[in-house]
Amino acid sequence: MSSWDRFLHTFFNLQVMEKYLPDILSGMVLTIELALAVVVAGLLAGLILALIRSLGIRPLNWLIIFVVDIFRSLPPLVVIVLIYFGLPAAGLSASAFVSTWLSLALVLMAFSEEIFWAGITSTPRGQWEAARSTGLSFSQTLFSVILPQALRITIAPLTNRTIAITKGTALGTVVALHEILGMASSAVSNSYNPSPLMMGAAAYIVLFLPVVVAARWIETKFAWKR
Amino acid sequence: MPAIVSAKAIHKHFGTLHVLKGVDLDVAERELVFVIGPSGSGKSTLLRCLNRLEQPTSGSITVDGIDMLSSKTDINHARQRIGMVFQSFNLYPHMTALGNVTLALRKVAGKSRAEADRLGQAALERVGLADRAHHRPAELSGGQQQRVAIARAIALEPKVMLFDEPTSALDPELVGSVLAVMRSLRESGMTMVVVSHEMGFARAAADRVVFMDHGLIVEQGAPAQIFETPSHERTRAFIGQIQRH
Repeated sequence: MSSWDRFLHTFFNLQVMEKYLPDILSGMVLTIELALAVVVAGLLAGLILALIRSLGIRPLNWLIIFVVDIFRSLPPLVVIVLIYFGLPAAGLSASAFVSTWLSLALVLMAFSEEIFWAGITSTPRGQWEAARSTGLSFSQTLFSVILPQALRITIAPLTNRTIAITKGTALGTVVALHEILGMASSAVSNSYNPSPLMMGAAAYIVLFLPVVVAARWIETKFAWKR
Repeated sequence: MPAIVSAKAIHKHFGTLHVLKGVDLDVAERELVFVIGPSGSGKSTLLRCLNRLEQPTSGSITVDGIDMLSSKTDINHARQRIGMVFQSFNLYPHMTALGNVTLALRKVAGKSRAEADRLGQAALERVGLADRAHHRPAELSGGQQQRVAIARAIALEPKVMLFDEPTSALDPELVGSVLAVMRSLRESGMTMVVVSHEMGFARAAADRVVFMDHGLIVEQGAPAQIFETPSHERTRAFIGQIQRH
């Protein structure tokens, strides 16, 4: 056996790959479900927090800043472990899926709140004044004038952060979640062959490369001349 | 003539800074009042108090019979009667010229989209930009942007128009088009309060010139009187300075 054959046999073993393909595919489905749930919940919660913060109610803002800073400093892995192993102590229990979803959504919420907030505050003060001077209310100004501009500014950092956190679905392996990486590593243990790991890597590329490309497209589409 | 704008004993503090120190200003219907003064004299702050973009620390303001400082006043409704034009235009960059003009017509005046578009188009016509209705602000010159901003204000048919240094951010060759629009507004009988250093325009169009310094009105009168024979030393010094340029 040449060394090239040995390499193929080890990392691209077709027999092993065929056997574990269904596992990797089911891992992909779970990863997609989890990623979508994280993105929707995380971005929505982040936007809502940023909108509440724009009302300028001091004690509420302190609370938001506190929560957001906590989840921005904690590694997502720690949050997953805390929720999965810590909640039962409080008489609650969360499945591996819910723990991972909740953790990543909270972290995405924290980062996206800061990004949305930066977008809102970087919209020039004159935009508020012009809109209010024509009789628009605070919320009409926020939704018709400020947010559309703020969202455009935030698209690039927001997609970056969203992709980074969504890839964190792989962290679900620590609580035995059957997503791509979990499926791949148990297949590696069962087959004594790392080929399933290569399939896992391919699965991530198939899933995330289109998202990255779409993000780039959105960024250029939403850019406008000033 | 009855005053349509009446500000009495306006004081405004920004922290420890006392910006307005008891200003009285009455503006009659169809009058064009020009407010001049050195930077930091409080003239812009006074203007912004009139539609409550700034909340005066004390004093009273009525516009078209509405007590602007009362907590019972629906400020958003009241602001429809007071158009404002800013030094930096402040057009909404994500909307077309027509979108800028029609936003408040739809959201505040409650017009249908078709009706708002018709009124918006008419307002753009008045500022000579009917053919630019579907352009974004970034595709317009500074002078055109400022005229769209004027259209946005007059589309709501205000009783009073406030201009806060409307030509200060413009290249000299674009100033004329904005002043021409202001002159035609003036001829249509609009009540106007203008903070500006366009002395030529003031001489030609203003009914009254108000000179402010250090948060107070120092003197006021007909343009010829303020510019040729000011009675206060500070006015004389200020007029002398700006006329040398």
